[in-house]
Amino acid sequence: MSINKLKNNNPLILFLSKSSEPLFSKKNRALLSDPMDDNNPITVQVLGVCSALAITVQLKPAIVMTFSVMVVMAASNVIISLLRDLIPNRIRIIVQLVVVASMVILVDQVLRAYAYDVSKELSIFIGLIITNCIVMGRLEAFALGNGVWRSFLDGVGNAAAYGFILILVAVVRELFGSGNLLGYQIIPDSIYEMGYVNNGFMLLSPMALIIVGVIIWVQRSRNRTLIEKG
Amino acid sequence: MLEYANLFIKSIFIENMIFAYFLGMCSYLAVSKTVKTAVGLGFAVIFVLTITVPLNFLIDQYVLQPGALKWIGPEYIDIDLSFLSFIMFIAVIASMVQLVEMIVEKFSPALYGALGIFLPLIAVNCAILGGSLFMQIKDFSGITESAIYGFGSGIGWLLAIVGIAAIREKIAYSNVPAPLRGLGITFIITGLMAIGFMSFMGIDI
Repeated sequence: MSINKLKNNNPLILFLSKSSEPLFSKKNRALLSDPMDDNNPITVQVLGVCSALAITVQLKPAIVMTFSVMVVMAASNVIISLLRDLIPNRIRIIVQLVVVASMVILVDQVLRAYAYDVSKELSIFIGLIITNCIVMGRLEAFALGNGVWRSFLDGVGNAAAYGFILILVAVVRELFGSGNLLGYQIIPDSIYEMGYVNNGFMLLSPMALIIVGVIIWVQRSRNRTLIEKG
Repeated sequence: MLEYANLFIKSIFIENMIFAYFLGMCSYLAVSKTVKTAVGLGFAVIFVLTITVPLNFLIDQYVLQPGALKWIGPEYIDIDLSFLSFIMFIAVIASMVQLVEMIVEKFSPALYGALGIFLPLIAVNCAILGGSLFMQIKDFSGITESAIYGFGSGIGWLLAIVGIAAIREKIAYSNVPAPLRGLGITFIITGLMAIGFMSFMGIDI
């Protein structure tokens, strides 16, 4: 068997062998940076909206959620990418679900052990990472057809972009809703004495939808190619 | 009897899957362009939720909870399998969806024609897994309660998606600012609808 054939058959060798491309070539860096803007998972691909909205009342759960999603996405992208030649096409959804669910269980157990309060606050939304379309969507669209390192970068990039929207929404909601960030008071007392009142409406769930709507509006007016026709 | 009715109303309006918890938003946004497909997907969600929530309730009660295995023998009373619940629930949901698809195809080709393409989509709908996970948190006392909760949540989801689909059909004739067209305006309308649904929160049951 020629070395090339071996390379193609064994993903591990493919991963370990020195590829001619540097690890952070321009193409690979694009995998990290594209999701931030033109290909954002939430505002452009419309993936993973469910959890993005429900946990953004405060900044802290949003940050924890971002890291959980990042770990799950990077790990499951790598695993599926390693297995991509072995998975029969017909049962790939089930295989993907099992891999993602195992990763989520790991993250959930770690959170329960080391950050119990946040884990309680996130309640079912850690479990819902399993059905978070962003994970499945990237597995289907990317990890099934690309190498390990590129899949890893794609996972991290998309999770970071997802987290960026999450944190943006959470900052707006916590700052204007309760005057705090991460539990510390940001808006000084003197402003409250002048008659400023927190906008309690920001803490209610509908505002998350409206803020995401506004983010989409701003993004699409800056980048006109994203505007939908019809 | 009254408590069942209360739970039913509560799961439809007060704890609406979409407007209170944003579950199933992905398919809600993707399949709400026309009322007809929205109704199809809505009924498929009701169907699957009504089956999977009680089923997962039984699994939770007799396999996963701490001490749930004591029906096998007293030596199993210390076993706590609750860390497996995610993988069990999603496996049950995926296989139930497959099974339901096959049964419906066999016995009711007309219904299969209507729901057909939506059924596979449902396995990865957050609302379905969310229903089972909420069931686990809420500690229902019996299988009837969990079935009513599943059914009610499904109806709430149907109401939401049919509502937004009807609005989107009409909004096609309006002059929406270009950057907001499509996704943006749908988010904002959903937000406004959620504000409307918040008025149900005042109902005390």
